[in-house]
Amino acid sequence: MSTQSPQRPESTGSTESTGNAGSPQGPAGAPAAGTDAYAGGAAGAVRAGAAPARPAGLLRQLRRNRLAFSGAVIAAVFVLVALAAPLIAPYDPARADFGSALAPPGLDHWLGTDDLGRDQLSRVIHGARASMQVGVLAVALAFAAGVPLGLLAGYYGRFADSLVSRLTDTLLAFPFLVLAVGLAAVLGPSLLNATIAIGVSLVPQVIRVTRAETLRLKHLDYIGATIAGGGGDGTVLARHILPNAASALLVQATVGVPTAIIGEALLSFLGLGVQPPEPSLGVMLSSAQPYIAAAPWMAVFPGLAIVAATLAFNLFGDGLRDVLDPRGVTR
Amino acid sequence: MSTAPDATAPEGTAPALEVRGLVRHFAAPRGKGSVRAVDGVSLTVGRGEVVGLVGESGSGKSTVGRCVVRLDTPTAGTVRIGGTDITRLSRRRLRPLRKDFNIVYQDPSASLDPRMRVSRIVGEPLLLHRVVSGTALRGCTRDEVRGRVEELLGQVGLPPGTADRRPHELSGGQRQRVSIARALAVDPMLLVADEPTSALDVSVQASVLNLLADLQRDRGFGCLFITHDLAAVEFLADRIAVMYLGEIIETAPAAELFAAPKHPYTQALLSAVPVPDPPVQRARKRIVLQGDLSGSALGPGLPGPGGVAQTVDHCRFHTRCPLAFDRCRTEAPEHRTLPGPGGTRTVACHLVADDGTAPDAAAAHVRP
Amino acid sequence: MNGTTPAASDAASTASTPSTAAAASTAAAGGAVAGEPVLRVRDLSVTFHAEEGEVHAVDRIGFDVESGEVLAVVGESGCGKSVASLAVMGLLPGTARVSGSVLLRGRELAGAEEKSLRRVRGSELSMIFQEPMTSLNPVLSVGRQIGEVLRRHQGLDRREAKERAVELLDSVGIPAPRRRIHEYPHQLSGGMRQRVMIAIAVACDPAVLIADEPTTALDVTVQAGILDLLTSLRERLGTAIVLITHDLGVVAHTADRVLVMYAGRAVEHARADELFARPRHPYTRGLLDAVPRPGTRAAAPAGERARLREIPGIVPGLSRQPDECTFAPRCSRADEECTAERPALTRSAGTDGDDADPGHTVACFHPLGATAAPGEEAAP
Repeated sequence: MSTQSPQRPESTGSTESTGNAGSPQGPAGAPAAGTDAYAGGAAGAVRAGAAPARPAGLLRQLRRNRLAFSGAVIAAVFVLVALAAPLIAPYDPARADFGSALAPPGLDHWLGTDDLGRDQLSRVIHGARASMQVGVLAVALAFAAGVPLGLLAGYYGRFADSLVSRLTDTLLAFPFLVLAVGLAAVLGPSLLNATIAIGVSLVPQVIRVTRAETLRLKHLDYIGATIAGGGGDGTVLARHILPNAASALLVQATVGVPTAIIGEALLSFLGLGVQPPEPSLGVMLSSAQPYIAAAPWMAVFPGLAIVAATLAFNLFGDGLRDVLDPRGVTR
Repeated sequence: MSTAPDATAPEGTAPALEVRGLVRHFAAPRGKGSVRAVDGVSLTVGRGEVVGLVGESGSGKSTVGRCVVRLDTPTAGTVRIGGTDITRLSRRRLRPLRKDFNIVYQDPSASLDPRMRVSRIVGEPLLLHRVVSGTALRGCTRDEVRGRVEELLGQVGLPPGTADRRPHELSGGQRQRVSIARALAVDPMLLVADEPTSALDVSVQASVLNLLADLQRDRGFGCLFITHDLAAVEFLADRIAVMYLGEIIETAPAAELFAAPKHPYTQALLSAVPVPDPPVQRARKRIVLQGDLSGSALGPGLPGPGGVAQTVDHCRFHTRCPLAFDRCRTEAPEHRTLPGPGGTRTVACHLVADDGTAPDAAAAHVRP
Repeated sequence: MNGTTPAASDAASTASTPSTAAAASTAAAGGAVAGEPVLRVRDLSVTFHAEEGEVHAVDRIGFDVESGEVLAVVGESGCGKSVASLAVMGLLPGTARVSGSVLLRGRELAGAEEKSLRRVRGSELSMIFQEPMTSLNPVLSVGRQIGEVLRRHQGLDRREAKERAVELLDSVGIPAPRRRIHEYPHQLSGGMRQRVMIAIAVACDPAVLIADEPTTALDVTVQAGILDLLTSLRERLGTAIVLITHDLGVVAHTADRVLVMYAGRAVEHARADELFARPRHPYTRGLLDAVPRPGTRAAAPAGERARLREIPGIVPGLSRQPDECTFAPRCSRADEECTAERPALTRSAGTDGDDADPGHTVACFHPLGATAAPGEEAAP
């Protein structure tokens, strides 16, 4: 996802711009990036369609959508926390201290302790690390499998398409979580297997988005022009379709992460994911169950962390979708 | 068009483009038979010749263009480029041959990859064909490609700095120039230009038409110029073929077609284009046709929403022809060659006599 | 006909009553047509706010249209002609800042409340657009859509509305109207749809019909019919028509008078015959010369390929409207004066021919000569 590095100080010319006044047609003729007016009508069309949102403009537009921007900020905090977990966690998340078991939130333990006296804050921080790890790896796995299949189905159509579409339909017949739980149960409980199970469960959505984008793009004139210029399938797919589908895929990746986080929490909760004593938000919720009345903080904080992470990534993803893809292509 | 190889072809080689009996049917929506978008088109573009393919929307002219450059595969018929039959070649076999023909599209904002810089857009065919044809990679150095790109940009009237811009930073006319530079990058024998000026403003159209005329003169490629703009085609084309509902109904040298159109449809088409001169325009006799191609407004038994009738035992134009008589409804007119001073012309109409005497559609249906 | 002096100059715009100036010039012109124009636009400006700053889509244009008259507003994309027509209709989004005056039969529409505008739109002032498919509601029958307008504006009941719809479809040249009213837009061809749009637009016998590129999406053989229909409407109903177009052929066919726009400003205004025969503004001339026309090629010297005349350069951005001629950077006649001050739309000094239009106005410091014929200077 090359478009992500947000701070390149390139360009002033926004790509998405004046035309959005929403008037039927005319104002689009007022040139956007101060380029020119001949392009007027035509440029309007590009803006609505395929114009690439460049990083600088992207960040600026995202900032205008406050929800999406706060989502992005919270998501960024999660990523940082996950990366720096061993440095910032105040205690060893696995160290039991029976003397202070079930301590409520306080100065020593900001989020309290659990039944074994382990520091909740440290466990949430490390749990977030596990969540992010599963989230990113599972999404990467889903993309590695789903993007080529989606390209294949969308570009070649016919047999390849019906085959891939059947596969997708079959996988989609199971709700995501049911599929993930089933796969994890078959593979056996471990963090790696949970990641694989979640990744595979995400594949059909990735295929669908990739296929839809490919179908849309392959009929555009510049694809025809590439073929007419002697381009083979590899050139068309790698140089033209994939880069132009990137923004839709980026959105899909961003909304895939929270799905994976929830999946990880559920699998760990059910004992199919991270194994105790390793910290995980799902494991924490699971072990909080008997103490829900006596020590509600044991459940509340990991629960809040899950909700915050999920919400943040979803808001960020939706904002990205609005910025990158005004037409709102399928999820 | 004429079956004989074009006499004007230099070096006595095969014509740049030779299309014989081209047919392209599409499956009709809801599975009701097929739509005959192109139904038996034959035409020839000699080397260095510009042939205009004129028609209204739904006439199938763009489908012909797509079949010629094999972005679409014909249902039947043959397409030869420089004598080589490319109709049935696989995509892989076709790739090395693609340097001989290329296409320029109507909408320059849709035909350039928005994520690429102009240097890559124009350089792409250069790189592709060097690699494909197995020529020493010596020619592939970044600098050489860059140099060639700038040279090409210069030829289409763009400053070298354009190479570093992206399509959305350019005006419509500049984009179309980039498109032309890309199409001509590997020196094709045939350029298919599909409505290259229709999406542009008047003053930009003029410069793009001039550019095409200049490039054509300097580089001598054959050109199939597909358009609905009769003024543009008159300016650019040596010969003109008029299409109606998937069929060529008249061909003639440009000047002759404009001076004396034979087919009633051609007459109507030419008379319908308003001339930008009020007194002249007011004085013109115009033929106003009933109905149009783009819908089902023609009543039962006539061309459906696809615009194309299912049978061809009649003249395709008879539903709108002010001169149609019984024979037009029961027998499809054949393509006949007429004698003419400036070259052969053909027409498909029962009413045109063998000596070229044509009916006057305006006399039948005049509106002042 | 009625020569207008759209108050384009700074001086005129600050004058207390620009309309009196125009009226005076009308009187001076001694036009045969008496009476007030049905639509009078003065100093119309439209500004949009964009990230890059203000965009002046329309900059102080003005024109008059009389009953039964066709005024063509001509220009290339981005010149502001469509925005101007939407501003007259009051159809621009809230983000647009509109100033100036739009008088419909003496009533001010600029700044009027949306409610009263809604009453005017579709009855006294109506509009047709380029793409009839998107202007018609796909899920309502043609009869319903026409009837809706009649019932809203004229209070007809269902049956009366239906009868009137049949009449209207008949009057716009749609065969078998009684059957057609039950059809849906997708069942009609492009030309038929545009005819339906026109039927809706003239349903309430509007004083002014604004037609924004009405034939651009249609084939030429269909275009001819639509243009004939528009011409017959103004003769039959006395509707004043403002025809927005980029096609000079359409203008020549249809228009009585022409207003040429460039980069948001009116640059020339004259009777159609006059404008085509004796364009004064270098831009108008450039536009006329750029169109290929029959014989362009035959006129070229032997052995040489004909060339169309190009206008060098590109249309400037609209983010600033400087006090200079916006065409100056592309104009071969431009000098310091052109970049120092904005030329006002004034009567051309060179007007002296017999059939010269007294209302011929041009915004140029160095207009082309009165006796110039098209083609002069055309050679490269």
